Amino acid sequence: MKPARFDYVRPRSVEDALARLASEPGAKLIAGGQSLGPMLNLRLARPSLLVDIGGLPELFQADAGADESFVGAGITHAMIEDRMVADGSAGFMPHVARTIAYRAVRNRGTIGGSIAHADPAADWLLALTALGADVIVARSTGERRIALPQFVIAAFTPALGESEMVLGFTFPSLSAGARFGHAKLARKLGKFADAAAAVIVDRPRGVCRIALGRPEGQPVLLPGLADQVAADGQPSPQDIAAALASALPELDAFERRILSGALGRALAQALMP
Amino acid sequence: MNAEAKTGQGIGARVLRKEDARHLHGRGRFIADMKMAGLKEVAFLRSPVAHGLIRAVGKPAGAEGEVFTRADLARVKPIRSTIQLPTFNGSDQHPLACGKVRFVGEPVAMCVASGRAEAEDLAEQVTLDIDPLPAVVDARAARDDGAGPFLHDEWGSHLVLTTALDTGIDEVARTAPVKVTRSYHMARQVMNPLEGKAVLAYWDDLKGQLVVYTSTQVPHMIRTAIAEHLGLDQREVRVVAPDVGGGFGYKCVLQAEELCLAWLALTFRAPFRWTEDRREHLTSGANCREHVYEVTAYADTQGRLLGIDADITVDAGAYSVWPFTACLEGTMAARQLPGPYAFRAYRARTWTVATNKPSIVPYRGVARTGICFAMELTLDAVARAVGREPWQVRRENLIAAEAMPFTSPGGAVYDIGNYAGSLDMALGEIDVGAVRRRQAARQAGEPLVGVGFANFIEMTAHGTRAFALAGLPFVPGAEPAAVRLTPDGGLEVRVGVQSHGQGMETSLAQIAHEVLGIDVARIAVVHGDTELTPFSTGTYASRSITMAGGAVAEACDQLARRLAKAAAHLLQCAPEQVELSAGLFRGPSGDIAVSEVARIWYLKPELLTPQMSLESLEVTGMFRPKTDTGQYSYGTHGVVVAIDPATATLAIEDYVIVEDCGTRVNPLIVEGQTYGGAAQGIGTALLEEMPFDGAGQPLASTLADYLMPGAAEMPPIRLRHLEIPSPNTRFGIKGVGEGGAIPPPAAIFNAVNDALASAGVEVSATPLTPRRLFAAIAAWEAAQPGATPPVPAPRERAP
Repeated sequence: MKPARFDYVRPRSVEDALARLASEPGAKLIAGGQSLGPMLNLRLARPSLLVDIGGLPELFQADAGADESFVGAGITHAMIEDRMVADGSAGFMPHVARTIAYRAVRNRGTIGGSIAHADPAADWLLALTALGADVIVARSTGERRIALPQFVIAAFTPALGESEMVLGFTFPSLSAGARFGHAKLARKLGKFADAAAAVIVDRPRGVCRIALGRPEGQPVLLPGLADQVAADGQPSPQDIAAALASALPELDAFERRILSGALGRALAQALMP
Repeated sequence: MNAEAKTGQGIGARVLRKEDARHLHGRGRFIADMKMAGLKEVAFLRSPVAHGLIRAVGKPAGAEGEVFTRADLARVKPIRSTIQLPTFNGSDQHPLACGKVRFVGEPVAMCVASGRAEAEDLAEQVTLDIDPLPAVVDARAARDDGAGPFLHDEWGSHLVLTTALDTGIDEVARTAPVKVTRSYHMARQVMNPLEGKAVLAYWDDLKGQLVVYTSTQVPHMIRTAIAEHLGLDQREVRVVAPDVGGGFGYKCVLQAEELCLAWLALTFRAPFRWTEDRREHLTSGANCREHVYEVTAYADTQGRLLGIDADITVDAGAYSVWPFTACLEGTMAARQLPGPYAFRAYRARTWTVATNKPSIVPYRGVARTGICFAMELTLDAVARAVGREPWQVRRENLIAAEAMPFTSPGGAVYDIGNYAGSLDMALGEIDVGAVRRRQAARQAGEPLVGVGFANFIEMTAHGTRAFALAGLPFVPGAEPAAVRLTPDGGLEVRVGVQSHGQGMETSLAQIAHEVLGIDVARIAVVHGDTELTPFSTGTYASRSITMAGGAVAEACDQLARRLAKAAAHLLQCAPEQVELSAGLFRGPSGDIAVSEVARIWYLKPELLTPQMSLESLEVTGMFRPKTDTGQYSYGTHGVVVAIDPATATLAIEDYVIVEDCGTRVNPLIVEGQTYGGAAQGIGTALLEEMPFDGAGQPLASTLADYLMPGAAEMPPIRLRHLEIPSPNTRFGIKGVGEGGAIPPPAAIFNAVNDALASAGVEVSATPLTPRRLFAAIAAWEAAQPGATPPVPAPRERAP
């Protein structure tokens, strides 16, 4: 279980990294290596060149403005957990970060790598979807901005060109009075969740978003249920079941149960008096 | 033990483990840590299909000298492990597949390079032409299937072994007022010690020896096996087990890779290493546990057992491992299923079935985790059938302490124990009445709580007869230990057992300290090297502390007697007049330290009589227990669970363990063994499963898919001890290595079934995955008054 042969470079800038990517068709970016590392070892990924962007200072920027927040792609889960970077999410992102895998993974894994890997079960995919985030993508001709739901085309398939990379994420800042709920049902600590839910209620800004995550398929938003919560309603189990049935009609009974269970827990946290 | 002893370093003292220092500082010496000039690394090309005929194995052009197949290893005999039972079918396992492959992961070619990655590059270039055959993956179905293709054509069946014993079940079946029948399934598991298997072999020109470093529990057995399979004299083979990162039974058998590496070193007179990676471990190595039970209990109207009728099917995988064969599970299950319960009518029929999976290996607890599961769940079902509390029915069926020694209907002889006392102690820790009140007062939306108990027995320090009856290639005899006093009064203790997490470098030193009073820090326990230690069958089956511990005491006793003669001479008194205490010989007119006697014996022999110099201070002691039928530890696990129907999750609210392993040499180590075993048992109950698809492909090839319990999955465990010394061993010691891993699935499933009992819903297959738990919850909900029939889902999946 050792990787096949590859070349390795450590570019000095995003521009340099993009040039490296463009120069070698089999090149792949690596940052924390927490997903790519095992795939290399299992020889499921066989890049001819690894472009290590783990230390690029441009990817460590973060900002929590009054209206919009930004998190750089190279920021590790642990930096967010430890509140070492500006947080515009009223504590939601640090809370989520603490629930990702294990501390050893969080020390190295990056938020940009997590989203670029496009594993539907990834915690950041759910959390940033609930925050209404956009992805900032860099390419040689400049930057482009794409809403997160559109960024993930399918499992492990991001909307990234051959010589593009994720620079970071922007999302509308939450007010200090924002409330959130977050629940993961996993068979053991550190494992990807079988069902997950995130609820954000920011009454001062009139924002309410509810997102569900599961191992198969991207996170889904439940806008109808969110409207009901925003209107100061407490959804009943029937409301939850109806919202789930309409958003994800293909679920089997077990999946319905655990997703509604996770959602119930997250709602209870967010709406706790 | 008296209170004084418990405060010192001897038996009963909570001495910190000496071996932990090097591990905590990252200075352990495992095979993967070793460095050697010219060392080459080995990767195995393994079969991608479960069953098939090998048409051709093609070596990459130019690499013919670095890639080896069965034909190259002609001098190596196949592994053939046999048991002297009439229905047994033996099989040849070749070091590299020969003619046929019988499981995914079976080694087919061996590739050698300067590094592991390069060796894996080579393995990718080997071409493999295999005609696939249908795979046998369901042992229960194959058991009754007379048609092939069979794994081993010459058998004409799928059966490795069938056994039957019957003490008269028919009579009971006719007359018993209560009859309860259940089926149970234990999932196939993987042992997952922290360190997987590893082998490093080289040729030592100085000694003219093949030296094989291997991560093993049984170095002397592996030495014998390597010599036999490679046609060498045993003096030409040295086997060393350096630091070994856990075994759990995986490392008590000969592995094909050990023979392959030995052949490389012998042939090329150079060093080679293979380090098993986790994917190899999961998919091709350490498979265990998979049993199917069909049990009928006969009882009176109070739940008193009248008889048990058990059909046991063991999914044994492809080959019989050496030396324990594929039959250990089935024969152990039949013999031990009655457990701590007193009933007379017993029928047990076993079928050990060959399947296209890795060979079954005896995992911590061996068959007893399965039989405890079957027996304890059945007892609870009997209790519910007669409308009584499971703990009461369980208690009334236990063998009474006064009835010991007791011969079970399976033929096992239990030595001593207070089984009801163990259950009572657990009942004193868990308030069953409080659980019943919570159940009665439950409001909608609240968790479903349940309480479960399981009793277990743990056969430790098996004697010669049990193994001889089974006709295994290896039968353990009396156990040796060699002790050597050094001229400065320190002690070297050499044992043929191997310590790979059991803390024997400490506990055996405590036993020597108990006899000689030498400071534990000055006692070195040497193990794991055939060149340095006396022959032993090794560490397995919870035998080492009893057997090797007894031998250390015997050797130290003899040494003490010789030293006493010298001490008496020096103190100018008779040997009977000196007394050894705390490292000092005391006589009528003075005293002398053991270390001073040692110094004089080695360096100033002129001060002693010439006769005294003829009695060496290097002594081998031998030990066997007074009874040859095994020393039985036992205990009770009690669990309270809370099931949340809203999320289909289960929480362990309370977990209590009571156990009796006789005299505890080091209570810290006993607790560690028990907690660790319980963690593995909880993994068995809730998490661990190696599934296979219909083609025999293993479906959990990384630890992302094969779930191991971690610290966060462990409930706080409250541990209590009975301590009834064995009358048959030195100091009353019994083994404790496996007990913790035996009853957790039984206790947890009984608690779940208790929580669901109002609807008569039961779970019966490990592990209790969220889907399986949800199915049970849904059945419970459907049985509630006013329940609406469940809405049919658009797309249901198989659990």
